Amino acid sequence: MTDYIRDAILTGVWETFVMTFFASLFSYIIGMPLGVLLYSTSRGRLLENRPVNFVLGLIVNIARSLPFLILLVLLIPFTRLLVGQSIGTTAAIVPLTIGAIPIVARMVESSLNEVQPGIIEAATSMGASPFYTIIHFIIPEATPSLLQGGAINVATVLGYSAMAGVIGGGGLGAIALQYGYYRYQKDVLWTTVTLLIIMVMLIQEIGIWMSKKNRKT
Amino acid sequence: MENVYDLKNVYKVYKNDGKEFTALKDVSLTIKEGEIFGIIGMSGAGKSTLVRTLNRLEEVTSGTVEFYGKDLAALKPKALREVRHSISMIFQGFNLINQRTVLQNVEQSLKILGTPRAERKAKAKQMLEIVGLQDKANQYPARLSGGQKQRVAIARALAVDPKVLLCDEATSALDPKITGEILDLLKKINEERKLTIVIITHEMSVVEKICDRVAIIDDGNLAEIGDVKEVFSNPQSKAAKKLVFPSNPFDPSDENGKLVRIVFDGTQSNVPFIANLVEKTGLKVNILSANTRSVGGIGYGQMIIELPANEKDRKTVIDFFKDGGLSVSEVKEND
Repeated sequence: MTDYIRDAILTGVWETFVMTFFASLFSYIIGMPLGVLLYSTSRGRLLENRPVNFVLGLIVNIARSLPFLILLVLLIPFTRLLVGQSIGTTAAIVPLTIGAIPIVARMVESSLNEVQPGIIEAATSMGASPFYTIIHFIIPEATPSLLQGGAINVATVLGYSAMAGVIGGGGLGAIALQYGYYRYQKDVLWTTVTLLIIMVMLIQEIGIWMSKKNRKT
Repeated sequence: MENVYDLKNVYKVYKNDGKEFTALKDVSLTIKEGEIFGIIGMSGAGKSTLVRTLNRLEEVTSGTVEFYGKDLAALKPKALREVRHSISMIFQGFNLINQRTVLQNVEQSLKILGTPRAERKAKAKQMLEIVGLQDKANQYPARLSGGQKQRVAIARALAVDPKVLLCDEATSALDPKITGEILDLLKKINEERKLTIVIITHEMSVVEKICDRVAIIDDGNLAEIGDVKEVFSNPQSKAAKKLVFPSNPFDPSDENGKLVRIVFDGTQSNVPFIANLVEKTGLKVNILSANTRSVGGIGYGQMIIELPANEKDRKTVIDFFKDGGLSVSEVKEND
């Protein structure tokens, strides 16, 4: 392996890290409230609202059923509008974020669904508002599960970020594609794959560790 | 004494997939300030629904629930939340936040009330002392036993100085010894703070031990209401009899045999009636079942006996018991 390729791989690791980090961050900033809304507007919950829940659920389901590769292409005009370019690491963060939002939302919803209804009843009986109950009772109680879901989401975004290489997104995926696939450099291909596996495993382990550390039951 | 609660003709109907289920049927009752009021019934009788109408966790379908003269159904969300600060509740499943320490759990009710941080902490610590758990302040609920968890829940409920404490099967998940301890604690709090307590339970022993008055709920109806001593010594309704008297496990020894239940109301529990009967009349009776219970320190008892075959002898026996001041009633099959 030449120094040139080694540098390219190192840059790729960094780019993958940057894409994964920001896309995960932004997808949680939007996906978490969306997940809370999906949870709390569903039947029998604090802010039960069937029309809102139906519309949100529909949007999330449609977004989730689009293959990510299609989403990447579909979102090119939107990305250009938002960040002024459609290739490169920064540009890739846009479709990655949008692709991850519905997954994050559903994951958050399912974590919140695990919270015992009795805790919500106790909060209500103490005179807590629905908003207060969500912030101070439901989310704290769901934290270990939310962290575990978080690790799965970040690993998914990392996997997606490799796909962003197809449309010039940079990162390890782009390197695997350019050197490994187009130029038949099997060593580069396997190196990048190994690095991706290590990164996913690290994320998963950190997530499980954080979740365990937070679980008081 | 002022009425804490005034329920008038309360109905609760659940609608599920077009099917209707009436959980409460025309329930009217009052709960007085400072008393421990028991609501007892079999599971599914509607008692949990009834207690949830007292803090509007359940909306009533018709009728009114007044809390110190205020109709709860008329309150706007914000006003309702204010009122709920005066109505605390504890549950069968404790419902603590497992991810927060004992102290943080107790603080939670004060936090909702808007109590400043320092004051909140001091009050929470003081409450933990009252329930005897000051040394567990920094533990997580998972490390506590069921009885300790319920004590934390009681501390959390009482920290806001409520006017009423609602207990929904609060001791049903606990063993008899711990149940006794929790009930003693509730009694102590009732006496020291003049706190009105409403207890929902399916256990007779809980009502016997600490309640002043009791309502018996049967299939959504208020079957009977009154002082615990009266209801338990002389139950009128079928549901009350079923709860107070265990069902008779025996049939008469022959087809024409006749069973009667005699009830001791506490004043005659030291008189040897059966021995006296044999001595005075020479007639024998067969005792099929008997038990006694202590309600507020007075012994109440009931006995099921089989009468002699002869009609004249039967009358002699019944008259003997009646003259002694016992209540005698015939036991029919499946009674």
